[in-house]
Amino acid sequence: MYLDNDFRLKAGLAEMLKGGVIMDVTNADQAKIAEDAGATSVMALERVPADIRKEGGVARMASISKIREIMETVHIPVMAKARIGHFMEAKVLEALKVDYIDESEVLTPADEENHIDKRPFRVPFVCGARNLGEALRRIAEGAAMIRTKGEAGSGDIVEAVRHMRTIQKEMKQLTVMGKDELPTAAKNLQAPLELVQYVAEHGKLPVPNFSAGGIATPADASLVMQLGAEAVFVGSGIFKSEDPARRARAVVKAATYYNDPEKLLEACEELGEAMRGINTAQLEEKELLQTRGW
Amino acid sequence: MQIGVFALQGDFEKHERALRRLGVDTVYVNYAWQLSTLDAVILPGGESSTMLKLLDVEGLFEPLKQFATEKPIFGTCAGTILLATEVTSPSQRSLGAINMTVERNAYGRQLDSSIQTILPEKEFEDRTRPGELETVFIRAPIIREIRGGARVLASLEGNPILVEEGRHLAATFHPEMTEDTRVHELFLRKARKKC
Repeated sequence: MYLDNDFRLKAGLAEMLKGGVIMDVTNADQAKIAEDAGATSVMALERVPADIRKEGGVARMASISKIREIMETVHIPVMAKARIGHFMEAKVLEALKVDYIDESEVLTPADEENHIDKRPFRVPFVCGARNLGEALRRIAEGAAMIRTKGEAGSGDIVEAVRHMRTIQKEMKQLTVMGKDELPTAAKNLQAPLELVQYVAEHGKLPVPNFSAGGIATPADASLVMQLGAEAVFVGSGIFKSEDPARRARAVVKAATYYNDPEKLLEACEELGEAMRGINTAQLEEKELLQTRGW
Repeated sequence: MQIGVFALQGDFEKHERALRRLGVDTVYVNYAWQLSTLDAVILPGGESSTMLKLLDVEGLFEPLKQFATEKPIFGTCAGTILLATEVTSPSQRSLGAINMTVERNAYGRQLDSSIQTILPEKEFEDRTRPGELETVFIRAPIIREIRGGARVLASLEGNPILVEEGRHLAATFHPEMTEDTRVHELFLRKARKKC
C-alpha cells in the first residue's frame, strides 16, 4: 500500500540525486554558486541552520519571493522546507511547484504530535530520522526520501554519524531475523510491519537514504557516504565557510569520489577555512534540533 | 563483454540492477583509464549539468567523446542530454554522439513528472518483443529535433522519446526504473555488435 506508482515517481527523483550534494541556499546568488559548483539540487530557506540557532525566534517556511527567485535562477531541482506538521505551508510550496519539500526539524515545529500526511500530496517529501523506526514512520506517512537529522547548524558530524550508524545497524539486524520475529520488531520500532518486512528482505530502506546535519568538510561528506549515505545535504557548512564556491566544489568532488583518498586529498587541499562550528556534546537538550519530530 | 555504468552521480544502481537481471555484470565508471577496458557504457539519469562538471574532475569528457566514435553509449534522461549534438534551456556542452537537439526539463518541474504507457514503433517491437512500454519521465528533457542518421524507436505526443543513431541509444525516460528490460536488451545487442 505504501509503494504505489505515485510513490515511484516521488522516490524516482531522489534516485536521480544519488551520489550528489544538495546545498542550503538563502538567495538566488547562493543558488547560482551551488549550481555552478555541481550541486544536484538546492534547498531554499530563510536562514541557514547556524543562523537559526544563533538568532532564535520562530523559523518558518522561506518567503515565497525568495523561493521563486531561486527557482527562476537555477535549472537543478529546488527543494524548500516546511515546518513539521504544517501541512498548509506544504500546500503553498506545492502550489509554487517546488520539486521537493523537506518537512524539517530545523524549522520550529507547528504540531508537536503529528507530522504532515504526505501521501495525498503530489510533490515528494524528504524527512529527517535518527533511527530506523523514525525513518519507517516517515515513509509510512509518505516521505519518499530519508535523511539523517544529524545536528543541523553545528558543523559537528558526530550526530549524523550516530544516526546513519544506527539506521544501518537496525536494518542489518532485521535481515537476520526470522519472519516470525518481525511483528515484534515492528512493535519495538513503532513502525508498520509491511515496511519492516521490506527492510528485512532487501536490507535497505524502500527510499533513498541520504545524510544531513553537521556536514562541513569534504572528509565529512566522504565519511557519511562510506557509512551508507547515498547522497549528502550540506547546510551551513558551505555558506558559513570562508570561500563558499571552492568549498562547494570540493564537497561535490568528495561525494562522488568518497572511496578514493587521493581525490579526497585533492578536495581538501583546495579549501579555505571551514565554518567554526559548535561541539554538539556541549549543547543543552533544549538546544538540540534533532529531538523535534515524533 | 564488459559494460560500464557511469557512477559519477545519478541512478546508476538502477541500471546495474537492470543489467544484472539480464545476467550481465557491469562495472561502475569514475575514471578515464577504465574506458579502454569497456565494450559499451551507460550514462544514467541524474542532473546533466552536475555530470558535466564531474566529467571534468577526472578529465573524462574528451576520452568519452573519443569512446563514442568507436563504441556504443546508452543514455537515459540526463545521459540523453549528454549524448545530443545540441542542448537548449540552457545550452551546455555535449558529446555530440546522436544528431539531435534536446531541451532540458522541457515538461516543467517535478509535478510534471509522469508515468505513461505507450506503444513503441513496430521496429522496436520487431527487434525486441511486442507490447506496450511503461515509460517513467522525471523532470525529463524533450528531443525537439533529430537529424541525419538518428531514428525514432518510440514517441510520446509527437516527440521522440527513444532514439538510436548507429551504435548509440538514447531515452528521455527511465527504462531502468521499470521491470521491462527490452530497452536494455536492445542496447546489449548493440554492445554485442548484433545490430
